[in-house]
Amino acid sequence: MLDAVDHYLAMGGYAAFVWPAYAVALGVLGGHAWRSWRRYRASTAALEELQREPRPRR
Amino acid sequence: MISRLANPARFMRWSAAVLPWCGWLALAVLAVGFYLALLVAPPDYQQGDSVRIMYVHVPAAWMALAVYLFVAVASAVALVWRHPLAEIAAAAAAPIGAAFTFVCLATGSLWGRPMWGAWWVWDARLTSVLVLFFLYLGYIALVHAFDEPGRGARAGSVLALVSVVNLPIIKFSVDWWNTLHQPASVMRLGGPRIDPSMLVPLLVMAVGFLLLFLTLLLLGMRTALNERKALALRFNRMPAPGRVATRETPLPAQSPIP
Repeated sequence: MLDAVDHYLAMGGYAAFVWPAYAVALGVLGGHAWRSWRRYRASTAALEELQREPRPRR
Repeated sequence: MISRLANPARFMRWSAAVLPWCGWLALAVLAVGFYLALLVAPPDYQQGDSVRIMYVHVPAAWMALAVYLFVAVASAVALVWRHPLAEIAAAAAAPIGAAFTFVCLATGSLWGRPMWGAWWVWDARLTSVLVLFFLYLGYIALVHAFDEPGRGARAGSVLALVSVVNLPIIKFSVDWWNTLHQPASVMRLGGPRIDPSMLVPLLVMAVGFLLLFLTLLLLGMRTALNERKALALRFNRMPAPGRVATRETPLPAQSPIP
């Protein structure tokens, strides 16, 4: 069982290239998605905060 | 239809409904794609398991080109019709395109080392994609280089339109010049030259990347609209003498100052 996992992870000798490639893809795209989501939540919260404040009198 | 959906208030309504569906669908398709690419697809008879890098590299390359085309078309709409959502769409798409281009370059390099014996070669395909990456960075820098957001968006639009000439150069570089990079094997006249056992995972990953792009685009556009609305609200609440038109406090079309 463990041998099969080891064999799979070795990627036929290309583990040092295959896994970093997938890590870069997940890291860059996932990181961008995470940052976009955080920024979106922050912008929504800031806008709601502003809209809750009473309008100043002119 | 498009002009109806492109009204900012209406956009905020329909995008709020579409965004969660698009996001979850993107995650589901990408999960299937990674499963097919890493576990189901067979090793190549020459490249062995290193061929699995292609399932990330090729869709990322397609998206790098497609997103730049999107930025250019949105820029044209913004320049000709002065549509505010087109500007916002172009500016929101560019960082996503830059991310795809970076993934394309990095994974290509990781495949090139074992297969070509070099991390990088200055061949026409690789160099023109590197230029595309710098164009993305230049566009993003230019859009944010002005105090007045409208001027930055217009300057960026002109850059995007002029530099779209790089896209056919990238696409046909493998035909026009002798490159180490192989010519097209999927998007070619006469149909794909890849076995279905490898073509299916490739296409599933491509659909997943496309859905991811749409999700991040809607998210970025909604963020930009939220931020613009918040700036306008803050501006309107400032005491009149302190009003300064900068990126933080944009001057509205009709100044409320008597």
